[in-house]
Order: sequence, then structure tokens, then C-alpha cells
Amino acid sequence: MLGPPLLAFAIVYLASLVALFISSFWAVDPFTTEIVRHWNLDNYRTIFQSSAYRTIALRTIGIAAAVTLTDAVLAFPFAYFMARIARPRSRAVLFVLVLLPLWSSYLVRVYIWRLILNENGVLNWTLRKLGLPAAHLAYSNWAVWLTFSYVWLPFMILPVYGALERIPESLVEASRDLGAKSFQTFRRVVLPLALPGVVAGSIFTFALTLGDYVTPMLAGGSSSQFIGNVVYGSVGIANNVPFAAAFAAIPLAVMAVYLLIARRMGAFEAM
Amino acid sequence: MTRITRAHVLVALVAAALCVPAAGISSGNGLPTTIGKGEGQLNLVAWEGYTQPQWVKPFQNATGCQVHAKYAGSSDEMVTLMRQGGGSQYDMVSASGDASLRLIYGKDVQPVNPALIPDFKNFIPALQSPPHNTIGGQHYGISLQWGPNTLIYNTTKVKPAPTSWSALYSAKYKGKVTVPDNPIQIADAALYLSKTNSSLAIKDPYELNQKQFDAAVSLLKGQKPLIKKYWALASDEIDLFKNGDAVIGASWPYQTNTLVAAKVPVKDLIPKEGATGWADTWMLSAHAKHPNCAYQWLKWVSTPKVQAQQAIYFGETPANTKACAVMDKLSKGSAAQYHCGASAAYFDSIKFWKTPVADCGNGQKNCMDYTKWQQAWTQLKG
Repeated sequence: MLGPPLLAFAIVYLASLVALFISSFWAVDPFTTEIVRHWNLDNYRTIFQSSAYRTIALRTIGIAAAVTLTDAVLAFPFAYFMARIARPRSRAVLFVLVLLPLWSSYLVRVYIWRLILNENGVLNWTLRKLGLPAAHLAYSNWAVWLTFSYVWLPFMILPVYGALERIPESLVEASRDLGAKSFQTFRRVVLPLALPGVVAGSIFTFALTLGDYVTPMLAGGSSSQFIGNVVYGSVGIANNVPFAAAFAAIPLAVMAVYLLIARRMGAFEAM
Repeated sequence: MTRITRAHVLVALVAAALCVPAAGISSGNGLPTTIGKGEGQLNLVAWEGYTQPQWVKPFQNATGCQVHAKYAGSSDEMVTLMRQGGGSQYDMVSASGDASLRLIYGKDVQPVNPALIPDFKNFIPALQSPPHNTIGGQHYGISLQWGPNTLIYNTTKVKPAPTSWSALYSAKYKGKVTVPDNPIQIADAALYLSKTNSSLAIKDPYELNQKQFDAAVSLLKGQKPLIKKYWALASDEIDLFKNGDAVIGASWPYQTNTLVAAKVPVKDLIPKEGATGWADTWMLSAHAKHPNCAYQWLKWVSTPKVQAQQAIYFGETPANTKACAVMDKLSKGSAAQYHCGASAAYFDSIKFWKTPVADCGNGQKNCMDYTKWQQAWTQLKG
């Protein structure tokens, strides 16, 4: 039963990853931009020696981490309310509210943030009405961070909700019976049991941010290039597929390490 | 598999020549001498604003060739698109001078026969066989339009009105500046330096030795903190000006026209240092699947009316001198505004985009080639 899908997975997914990895050791002829199949490490050397590419890789990983942290902080209280406080009816309403943005196109949601943040946008209009100074957030890394945090939030809420819902009420009661205060119960019973859910959600938010190039392109400013933008430019503008493959190997390596850590924290049981 | 290769076309031509000797097909140099029946489709790579419904729809109705256009944001992207998938995905490209030679020497485009384009003889002399699309007497495409890259500014926010490109390099409009996301921007910096720093002795902004190149790049590095966004598509720049995120920048006349039509208070000018510019050519892919529709398109876009429509829509100058009268009919004064039928002196005053190569033209080979330009631009943007 599992055979055919596994085979498809192996061919479509793993084989293309292997092809990506192999082509990252090739080069292109600078004039004709034809791929030259002779093995070399030049692409990786360029990436590690050039400060620009290093900055881009660190910026990508840094913003992905910031987005993950933001979403975890925002999602936890929301999911906690949904799972343990809300009544079944309002819980259903909250579910719809979480999922509703996913019904609209990703691009629409990114452009919405552009409209909110730009110089004459909703945010500055409101600030001006309140007599506050205008904010200059549009087309910056702040805008990229805000947009990502908004767009990926549902992917954090759902696994955290799942983990919180599965905590048996009896454990919380037992903790209380043994004399723990509510905060103590939260910190020593609820939080550790919910942590795998947070880590599971973080896999989504971190991986999705790491691989994106549309939001930095649309919402970003003069220093907002992500790894994905360099890959996109290398393929679509410079026609240098081997270099793109080499740069694309970085998020792959980062994610491999991340998933190993996540597995040790029990994230895969919480999914 | 209905891919038509040149061999197929040749076999068909020979067969046709044998069967109907009276049809007038005799081409010593392999160029077609008649335009055959359209293939029903035409796939174009174009600059934004070059395939507007007002001239594409009548073309489709007249020829039955359905036009599919893909906008490209830079010359680099155009070259890449024309090479992707073996080069047969797109039939034609509206290449500027910094892409056309790369396409010719890369064997991505094929020669065309200007005798099949009736309006060709009405083109200004400088654009009939310009060095950026005619090599050894072979025409690799038909010239289209040309124009300068301009300085655009918001008239209510930028006072006094700028007269020099220095406005884009001074901190006065910090965080409100936008320039194209394109390595060829280095030439704009070099042009500015050629007028303001005589010790560098820059003669041609596309032929830069290491020292001149470093000076241009360092000028752009200093500009980076002032930049709100490097725009990739014309529509991005339009958004920036519409929403007040940018008040000054480097532009094409197309953005100014679109913004003025949307009642945004902007103006543009050619600053006193002069300007870089473009001269575009419709080129035919070496592996074009729809060559007859392509020739029909070349004929169509060269006619005075379409030339005038596109010139006014985009804000550029038509190659066809017969278009000037039509321009004034469509919009009074537009022929003079866009220098229609301009003198050779005006034409020569614009530094048209061309591909930087190592050969400096003075016998030395120590100029920075385009790969260096691209690398510097990537490093610069970070």
C-alpha cells in the first residue's frame, strides 16, 4: 500500500534534491551562460568569502528566527484560550477566524501590509488623527518581519492548540491538589507538555520564512534581500543555475539541523 | 511535436520554390522574401507598456495572431528569458542596446529582412543600421523606439526643482529616493562623475577602467542609505510615488505619464549632466516557432499610427519619422515634447545603453566587463 507513494516521493523529491546538490558543484560559461559540467567548489567559495552573501544568509536566518519567536509569543495565549477556556461555540468561531485569512491569496495578504504601512497608508492616517508622528515602516526589514509574522501565524496557532488540548485536565487538577499555584502549574505542567506543539509550529514558521522570496521583494526595502531572492535572481536574471543551487543548499542544511533538534524535543509526536 | 527548426523552414522553402517557381521565393542569404500565413500565436518578451491593448487588439484581429507577452524588468532578465528552454519559448524580444549584442553573439536571435517592413525606409537614418542591432550588414531585428532615462520628482515635496543628478546623491531626500534595480545603473553614476570629477577622465560611461569603475561604485555605495527601494518593475516605482514613499528617483517617462494620469504631482527632466537612454529593437529568436506572426508584428509596430500610440503611451521617441504627424494628431505638441524626428545631434547626446565589455575601444582591454558590473551590483545591494 505504501509502495507507490514512497516511490513517487523518492523520485520526485529526493532525486530533485540530489540533482540540486550535484549541480551546485558545476559552473556556467560567463558569456553564453551555458552550464559547464566540471566539478569545482567555486560557488561555495564565493558564498563563504563574500561578505554580501554572508549578510544575506544571516539576515534570512535572523528574520526567520524573529518571526518564529513573535508567532510563538502571539499564538500561545490565543491557542490557550481556544483550547482550555473558550466554550465549544466560541471555539468554533475562533477556529474560523484563525483559518479565514488562509482563504485569501498569499499575495493579497502581503500587499495588504504594504497598503497599511506605506507613507499615506492606514497606519500613518491613524497616527496622524491621534496627533502622533508618522511611522516610516514601509519597505524595510521591519515591514518584512511584520508581514511574515502575520502571514504564518495560523501555522503556529494550530499545532500549539493541538498540544494544549491534549493535556488531560486531571494533570492540572493533580497539580493544584498538591498545592501548586496557577502560575506554578502553568510553568511546570502545562508549558512543558505544550512545548512540542510550539516546536512543531516553529518548524512551519521558520521553514516557510527561510524559503520565501516574495515578501522580501514586495515589502522589503533597499537592504532586504533573502536567500530566496538571490536564488531567484541567479536563475531568472543571471541564468546561473549552479550558483543558485549552491546558495539554496544553505537553507537545506539549516533546516536539517533544525529538524534534528525539533525531533529531540518531541515535535513530531505533537504534529 | 510541431517544433519548426530552421532546417524545416529551409526544406519547406526549397520545396515551395521547386513546386511554385513563380511565388517569388529566392533568397541567397537564407532570409525570407515573403511573409507566409500566420501561425495563430506570438510569444513576446517585452518592456512593461510595450504591448498595450490599444495596438495589440487590432493586430490580433487583423492577423489572427494571438499575442502572449511577458514583461521583463531588466535587460539581464530579457536575455535569460530568451535563452530558457532551448530558446524556443518566446518568438521575439524588445531588446535594448545592452542586451541586443549579447543576444546576437550568443546566437539567440536570427537576422531579419528589412525589405519586408514597408515603413523601414521612413526610419531616422541613425536607426536603420545602428551598431547595436546590425552586424556586418545583417539586420538582427528592427529598431522600435528610443528615449532618455529621466530624473522624476514630486513637485510638492521637492523644492526647488532639481536640475542635476546630484539630487539623487545628496542626503536632502534621505529615505525618499528610488532608483532601478539594475547593474546598468553604474553607468548613470559614471555619467554623473564624467561631468563632475574631471580627474577621473571618464569618456564613455560604459567603458570604465578599474579606477573609474571603483569611483562609480563607491558613489552608489554612498547613495544606498538614501534609497527607499530599488525598483524592479515600473509599477513598483509608480506605487512608491503614488503612496508618498518616494519623492525623487531615476525613472522612464512611462512612469511619469502614468502618475500624471493618476493626478500625482510629478514632473521629470533630463538633468544638466545629460542622460543615459535606451534604443530598443524587436528581435526574432533563432528558434522562433511563429516567424510569420513575428514578421507581421514587425510590420505592424513600425507603422506610423502604432509608433505614435506607443510613443505617447510610454513617453519615448518613435524610429519612424512619419509617426510625428500622427503623434500631434493624437496629442497636440507631443511630437516636439518627445523630440520626434530629432536631429542627429540630439540623438548623439544620449548615452545609449550598451553591454560593457573588456575592450575599451582604445586598443586596451582593461575595462570592466558586464560580469564585473553584475557582481558589483549584487555586492552593493547586499
